[in-house]
Amino acid sequence: MTTVIEQIQISATVNGEKVTRLIEPRLSLVDFLRNELELTGTHVGCEHGVCGACTVRVNGEIVRGCLMLAVQAGGTEIMTIEGESDGGEIADLQKAFHERNAAQCGFCTPGLIMTTTELLKTNPDPNRAEIREYLSGNYCRCTGYEAIVDAIETVATERKGG
Amino acid sequence: MADMIKDHILDRPNSYIGKTIPRPNAKRLLSGRGTFTDDVKLLRMTHVAFLRSTYAHAEIVSIDASAAKESNGVVAVVTGAEMAEVCSPWVGVLSHLEGLKSAPQHALAVKKASWQGEPVVAVVANTRAQAEDAIELVEIEWKELPVVTDMETALDADTPLIHPELGDNLAWRRELDVGDVDGAYANADHVIEETYISNRHTGVCLETRGILADYNPGEDQLTIYHSTQAPHMMQSLFAKHLDIEEHKIRVICKDVGGSYGIKVHSYPDEYATVALAYMLKRPVKFTADRLESFTSDIHARDHRIKTKIAVSNEGEIQAFEIDDLTGIGPYSVYPRTSGIEANQVVNLTGGQYLNPNYRAMATVVLQNKSPMCQYRAVGHPILTMITEGMVDDAARKIGMDPLEIRRKNLVPDDAYPYTAPSGLPFENLSHQASLEKLVKMMDYDGLRKDQAEAREQGIYRGIGLATFIEVTNPGPAFYGVGGAPISAQDGATMRLDAKGNVIVEIGVTEQGQGAEAVVAQCAATALGVTMDKIKVIAGDTDITPYGGGTWGSRAAGIGGEAAVQAGKALRQNIVEVAGIMLQSDPSTLDIRDNKIVDLADGKERIELSEVGRVCYYRPDTLPKDYQSELVVTRHYVPKQFPFAFTNGVQGCYLEVDTNTGFIDFKKFCVVEDCGTVINPQLVDEQVRGGVIQGLGGALLEECLYSPEGQLLNGTMADYLVPMAVEMPDIVVGHVESPTLDSELGAKGAGEAGTGGAPAVVMNAINDALNPLGGKVTVQPFTPERILQAIGKI
Amino acid sequence: MKPSAFNYAKPSSVDEVLGLLSEYGDEATILAGGQSLVPTMNMRLSAPSLVIDINGLAELSGISSNGESLRIGALTRHVEIENSSEIAEHAPLITMAMPSIAHPAIRNRGTMGGSIAMADPAAEMPACLCALGAEIEITGGSGARKVAATDFFKGLYDTDLGGDEIITAIEIPKISAGYRSAFDELARRHGDYAMCGAAAHAKVDGLVISDLRLVFFAVGGTPVVAAAVGSAMADQTVDAISIVAAQHAVEDDLSPFDDLQCSATLRMHYAKELTKRILNTLAAG
Repeated sequence: MTTVIEQIQISATVNGEKVTRLIEPRLSLVDFLRNELELTGTHVGCEHGVCGACTVRVNGEIVRGCLMLAVQAGGTEIMTIEGESDGGEIADLQKAFHERNAAQCGFCTPGLIMTTTELLKTNPDPNRAEIREYLSGNYCRCTGYEAIVDAIETVATERKGG
Repeated sequence: MADMIKDHILDRPNSYIGKTIPRPNAKRLLSGRGTFTDDVKLLRMTHVAFLRSTYAHAEIVSIDASAAKESNGVVAVVTGAEMAEVCSPWVGVLSHLEGLKSAPQHALAVKKASWQGEPVVAVVANTRAQAEDAIELVEIEWKELPVVTDMETALDADTPLIHPELGDNLAWRRELDVGDVDGAYANADHVIEETYISNRHTGVCLETRGILADYNPGEDQLTIYHSTQAPHMMQSLFAKHLDIEEHKIRVICKDVGGSYGIKVHSYPDEYATVALAYMLKRPVKFTADRLESFTSDIHARDHRIKTKIAVSNEGEIQAFEIDDLTGIGPYSVYPRTSGIEANQVVNLTGGQYLNPNYRAMATVVLQNKSPMCQYRAVGHPILTMITEGMVDDAARKIGMDPLEIRRKNLVPDDAYPYTAPSGLPFENLSHQASLEKLVKMMDYDGLRKDQAEAREQGIYRGIGLATFIEVTNPGPAFYGVGGAPISAQDGATMRLDAKGNVIVEIGVTEQGQGAEAVVAQCAATALGVTMDKIKVIAGDTDITPYGGGTWGSRAAGIGGEAAVQAGKALRQNIVEVAGIMLQSDPSTLDIRDNKIVDLADGKERIELSEVGRVCYYRPDTLPKDYQSELVVTRHYVPKQFPFAFTNGVQGCYLEVDTNTGFIDFKKFCVVEDCGTVINPQLVDEQVRGGVIQGLGGALLEECLYSPEGQLLNGTMADYLVPMAVEMPDIVVGHVESPTLDSELGAKGAGEAGTGGAPAVVMNAINDALNPLGGKVTVQPFTPERILQAIGKI
Repeated sequence: MKPSAFNYAKPSSVDEVLGLLSEYGDEATILAGGQSLVPTMNMRLSAPSLVIDINGLAELSGISSNGESLRIGALTRHVEIENSSEIAEHAPLITMAMPSIAHPAIRNRGTMGGSIAMADPAAEMPACLCALGAEIEITGGSGARKVAATDFFKGLYDTDLGGDEIITAIEIPKISAGYRSAFDELARRHGDYAMCGAAAHAKVDGLVISDLRLVFFAVGGTPVVAAAVGSAMADQTVDAISIVAAQHAVEDDLSPFDDLQCSATLRMHYAKELTKRILNTLAAG
């Protein structure tokens, strides 16, 4: 190793909690969350940005945790599935997913729920095609997607008061 | 001792059998509180990364790991020769696949690497990144060897031998010739030949393979967290190849992020990881990354099949013949072998039809490509595609509707038990009833009308039908008879604890299909408790009964039945104690809704928790000569039939855009007969997920290799898996033909969706293209192949 | 895979960026959205010694109106562009193309500047900018300059951007009266890299097309302005005959390549199919 790598100290607010760590620049956001903060609810599926398993929210927007460096997240507000769950904002989604069996192995589920939260924020009344389009960047191998679309449709309808 | 409980599981009051219950263990997955193998952290844990061969076939001349050993954070660097001193090689053969041969395979390649991606050197470091940095410093001198990557020429005289000591590149050949095929050809009105190709593809589990092994010399115990489907099998294999006694090894399955058969095999890098933990006496974790997953997970379904079907003008199928060539890897995978997929193709092609004349040859050849082995629906997607493709070919030839030819030739529902020409015994299938149900569900006549109207507008829509047989609930005939350490039986231990709650320890395992929920439903029903009282423990070789894990769609049928028998036996023991406590004849008592009740009228007598309290805290109040036993274990293995065959039929209506070759699904229906349905939603979701996985292989997935044996598309961007937009909604219906081989009567359902999907979509595409004179026969049926078929390009 | 180790800098001014670029040369790489760069680092296909994070340069972000043109800062996220009413009004071609760019999570981070600096042959933005006659604003060691989009994309992953330069903004002429845009692409799955795509901009009067700038992407190393098609359609009525003529002209404009997803033959076929669709869309208004 000829180059000296400078570690960087970053602080961020993760699920409402302020954290500070000294890290290598090459550490991805998802590895930071999983290994440094031990928030293992966010998963790694490809490290190419394609499968969506690592999707988390940074400053209110979903991002691929594998394509963001942890050092880039300094000063940001990060929300992971644990935070969304503990905070109660996805209770109706969790219930609908549970009842419709929209989670099988559960590996895609956190990233998928994160994406769904953003979908329903930008489009509270999506039709099935729109749901599928928004989820087109989240790979699920178990369900074949239909149960997930059903569950999201149920929640969207309920939230509308229908 | 009162009589054994005589009631039948399907007659139980407050039964959970046939009920859609949300899975109790899914809640943690929805809150990000699951524990997958990579989530587990142990003290002083290290990480291993593997230097993998970039050549498909090359001699390892020398390895210089000196610089790597000095790299930051590195704990150890181990070569194949060093690893071989700790971990013995294996040979992936089974005695019942006569003639199957394979060379010994090591955890890390020793003399040469035989496929691109084969692990060669292991680097253990404090972090994965550090291990990867060190890998870049390992210097290897390679001598390239000629590669064998064309299965058509693998057996030619001038093709180099991958393992000269084997004498050729043939792993296995199987031939079958029953009835009078040549006589049938002589008399047939038509003999139609076609060649079908299923291209190699792979499982792409979202959670990649992972294993974390730790050796504690103070206890002489190896503890292994493993994302596997078969923990007892793995325990056995690690014990054998590390020369450790089995009970000193504990395999624990945490949450598994999808498996589909990919994780039921043993892998060299996993043996290496366990061996490293044993050598280093500290935890070593291996989590495959996606790139290495593509080259090191097993591949499957690489077949070229020449087919022939003889048919009369009246539509009677008179002979089937197949010549199946399949290319595996350089080794037959261990311990289940790479011959089973071809074996299934021979066993089940044409099996749903009355025709008695069948000839088959399967040739399994070695290749310098990733090893190949069982993947969801093993062989069925291929055999169903060729069977149903041949039947549609015959129908087209004689101008008969594909529905009619099937009605004429499917084995009637009253023909059972029935033995297929290949010798496989079918207990009871419902091809005819399932087909008629599908016809109604999809409004077949309505679709034919719609198709005709669309054609007048120059729009090409097609209907596809695919009947299928799917093997489930395997007995020892699959592996045990061949010598594999794979348990065909499973057990359930059920215990009532002091407060009335119930623990069920089960040998089948969970990967998201709902095995734990189904077991809980069976246990709760058999015992008479509510689901919330049950805790299921699975996936731990120290705790659960010895079992086979989950594969071959066996969890519900076999695990469920073990839970039923255990539940009944525990109920027997409980009512005995209750009888003493209540001074009633135990045969007049039952357990319902967590209470002891009178059998006759359901009158509540005492809480189960009362029984627990007395047995555990106040045994002094029970007779001195009586010992209560609130823990029971029962095992189950299918005995009457070697497998519980299921059947079903898929129907698909789609539109082919003849300008782009793109497909738009209009309707997709499946009728599945898996016997007793324990949890309807879970079964339907297995069908749906299975279909979509099958459509992946049918339309998108293909492992593309260069002639030099390099995998060209081993990333998630280049290897295409089904995503949400392109996939259909699926309507699922059922016929129920329970097996009499168990009380529950449940057969398996996990793989049927995948087995039928390629056939149904191929037939639909070809039905759509028929007026244009084109057909597709090479899977995946890409836009390019579709446009080529109709001469657009 | 984990990336090779690198050092990280987050400059707060463009000058600082340029200074680092000239100091480190090839060893440094610019990090904008990261949606293209980081995957390559995660495969160790790129292994810079220094990653220069330019996300702190707020002055490089934002959409503004410049009289006859729109100015999009290089660091503007795709999502901002996707949701911009200014872009929808004045450069609707860009708005049309946006939903085809990958997926929402990628668009939340990916930037216009990053996309064109990467110049992936299957990327949508380079083709759109060529169709719109956009200009790329660049600054570097030798000062600021502007390059026409059609001159910026030189070859496979090869642009006019020098090793000591960064893109600062993209200037797009606002759509003129009587002009329409059309966009289409064919991909195996929604959000995938296109097998073939087309971005077009033309003056349309009823069914008559003029000044057609049809640009194909995912057909070669760079976006290809289909000049022969443009000539074939000059002042032409869009009908079955002119469409066929336009499709013939495509053969003069393109020599598509083969890749894993798509053969050259299929690409050419798709380019002709897209030509038909684009012309019909333009004429349909």
